[in-house]
Amino acid sequence: MLAEILRRLVATIPVMVVVALAVFALLHVTPGDPAVIIAGDYATSDDIARIRTRLGLDQPFTTQVGLWLGRVVRGDLGTSIFSGLPVSTLIGQRAATTAWLTLFAMLISVGVGVPVGVVAAWRRGSWVDRVVMMFAVSGFSMPTFWLGFILVYIFAITAGWLPVQGYQPLATGLWPFLSHLLLPAITLSVVYMALIARMTRASMLGVLAEDYIRTAFAKGLAPRGVLIRHALKNASLPVVTIIGIGFALLIGGAVVTESVFALPGLGRLTVDAIVRRDYPVIQGVLLVVSGVYVLINLAVDVLYVVLDPRIRY
Amino acid sequence: MSQLDRRQFLAGAAATAAAAVVAAPAVHAQKSGGTLRFVAQADLKILDPVWTTAYITRNHAYLVYDTLFGTDEKLNVRPQMVDKHSVSKDGMKYSFTLRDGLKWHDGQPVVAEDCVESLKRWMKKDRFGRLLAAHGPKLAPADRRTFTLELGERFGPVLEALGKPSSNVPFMMPARIAATSADEQIKEIVGSGPFRFVKDDWQPGNQVVYVKHGDYVPRNEAPSGSAGGKKVNLDKVVWRYMPDAATASAALAAGEIDWWELPPIDFIAKIEQTPALATFLPDTLGTQGWLRPNHLHPPFNNKKARQALVAMMNQETYLQAAIGVPKYYRTCASVFACGGPYASPTGAEGLARQNLERARQLVKESGYDGRPITVVHITDISFLNAAALVTRELLTAAGFNVDLKAMDWSTGLAVRAKKDPPDKGGWNVLHTWWMAADVMHPAVHFGVSGAGAGAWFGWPEIPRLEQLITDFVRAGDAPRRKALAAEVQKVALDEVAYVPWGEWTQPTAHRKSVTGILKFIAPLFWNVSTA
Repeated sequence: MLAEILRRLVATIPVMVVVALAVFALLHVTPGDPAVIIAGDYATSDDIARIRTRLGLDQPFTTQVGLWLGRVVRGDLGTSIFSGLPVSTLIGQRAATTAWLTLFAMLISVGVGVPVGVVAAWRRGSWVDRVVMMFAVSGFSMPTFWLGFILVYIFAITAGWLPVQGYQPLATGLWPFLSHLLLPAITLSVVYMALIARMTRASMLGVLAEDYIRTAFAKGLAPRGVLIRHALKNASLPVVTIIGIGFALLIGGAVVTESVFALPGLGRLTVDAIVRRDYPVIQGVLLVVSGVYVLINLAVDVLYVVLDPRIRY
Repeated sequence: MSQLDRRQFLAGAAATAAAAVVAAPAVHAQKSGGTLRFVAQADLKILDPVWTTAYITRNHAYLVYDTLFGTDEKLNVRPQMVDKHSVSKDGMKYSFTLRDGLKWHDGQPVVAEDCVESLKRWMKKDRFGRLLAAHGPKLAPADRRTFTLELGERFGPVLEALGKPSSNVPFMMPARIAATSADEQIKEIVGSGPFRFVKDDWQPGNQVVYVKHGDYVPRNEAPSGSAGGKKVNLDKVVWRYMPDAATASAALAAGEIDWWELPPIDFIAKIEQTPALATFLPDTLGTQGWLRPNHLHPPFNNKKARQALVAMMNQETYLQAAIGVPKYYRTCASVFACGGPYASPTGAEGLARQNLERARQLVKESGYDGRPITVVHITDISFLNAAALVTRELLTAAGFNVDLKAMDWSTGLAVRAKKDPPDKGGWNVLHTWWMAADVMHPAVHFGVSGAGAGAWFGWPEIPRLEQLITDFVRAGDAPRRKALAAEVQKVALDEVAYVPWGEWTQPTAHRKSVTGILKFIAPLFWNVSTA
């Protein structure tokens, strides 16, 4: 198993190289020019050309790729064209917010979605099942920004229990930290909660129809034991896959939530950089996020083995 | 529009939220103490106010840096860092002595050499500065607190140049920092202004933190604009960047922020209905919208085709579509800001009244061959989006075929710099906007430059305009300058360097606990207090 993990880690290197090249190429065919944005309104064509030269944007594409990859290999993600700050510093300022937001959102999604899905499968066709399915459809359908503002209106403005916006690091205290994360995490989690609930229900329905489940019930085992120890464990592989994909999507998809709650996360960093064509920041963030995706996929594969010993790599 | 779009929803939600706070005022008590929490108009990414013309960087610099001269509410230039100054009888030699006790944020005293280097760097970038530089000024320190400026050729508005309020403002920096090439961004942020920038707390895209500069010595006069005594009442100013207007609105209503610089106009009415909040118009001169033709390519390389743009102009239509609330806009048949000292009706008769019949006639006379007019259509800035749509309608009514090219602002910046023909990635017409301070007179106004390749995008080559601008800066007295400015306008509108599509103002919003906000083109934080 350890050898397999190491082999997979090594295999991520070519994946990352391909991702890096694709990101670089994509950015350079996108319309827009950071030199023009920097040059501002008073610039002449000569001014813009000078800035392009200074940024190295006048170099052939292959030279630019080579220089960038050379720096990345040395652990240098470059420097923001606009702020002059190292990309690693910018990512460092934002990574904790996105990581905590993603983690909280996933905890809520799994904590609610899995039990609800199990109960819906067990009570298939009952009013419980219908309520769960209605909740799932609503969860899919609600726009994140809309839900965010409704939650702000109820819990921050009307009740005054939670703040409207912003992020406080854990170092400022547990309650300030939690209170600033709660509404964004709930907002972000709803769609995944619905997805996980539906997936759990579907997967459980298949397993609950198996002979060994009928046997377990026939032996007089308590429903809770049958559902959790026998059915859920065997139904969990597709759910784990969805959770893995959900993690990846949450990291990349938190931008709307981050904007609604004015959270300084990686999503907003990426969008701001795209708007300004801050190439080093876009490349750096996408490379790091891609690396996280690869690691999450690896973790999911490892979990498969833990959950189902029949699986061998 | 029958459906509720996102913007309308957000405005409604925020308004409801604000109303709810009013109903329950105890929800979040105001508790700012010596810290003012401010939502800035944009994300501060560039810190060098000479390297960029971005307004957000200019606003940041007003906290950190000081200026030799300031501009008061009535647009008078008054000494700021300068204690006394003198001009020779022939107007060719100026001497400036700095106030005593000025210190940089690193504790070093401000000396004459710092100002000399700062001005030299500024003169390489700024339009007004470049005009001054073209008149052969020799800058030299005379002693630690005094420096001189000796002109090679006559240049009248020296003090206006040094006290210019908008980008690029001649902010003073230590000589070692000002020695940085004007093409490079400075690495160190050390000013002598009333606030100190806290670099470690700077998070681009989120927040900027400033603390009071304890060694700052304000002037004794009452503050007015960027002039007068910069007395600081706050210990700390925190700028936040909130890209979503509804979030900023809710945060202001909930007391999580104290001052919101640029609330969208459609939020203002609800803010004004909230007892804890107030609005304020800091810059009554406002902003001017532009329609700029590209002089390099047909049909607008033809004067008659350009004149059709003036004949079709209906500022009221543009302003209704782009700004919407009549209280905050006004038509202005002048290329120089209405309300400013150089606004004039000279040569603007065609701009004041729409004449579509004449526009159609001019299009015919221009020999327009029916090729599509490429209009740059910026979709992510609401008033530019609306302006482009109005332009399409008016161009069509005048007899042009129109091709709207939709793009975001950043792409638009790249497109506007292209001199290629429209069918090869270039453009025919674009829209932009400038603050009134940047269109106040010919020496700062980019729209009236006729310098061809050296002019603003659109590149009009009108030598007569360049000569008039040179005459303007060489004129010694105000009446002569005013007459020359009127002549500049006449030529600019006859040749159609650009077409103004009206002016509008932008209120700012704050909690009533915030007092002492000064009238100026940028938010100023001295004189401001918060309960």
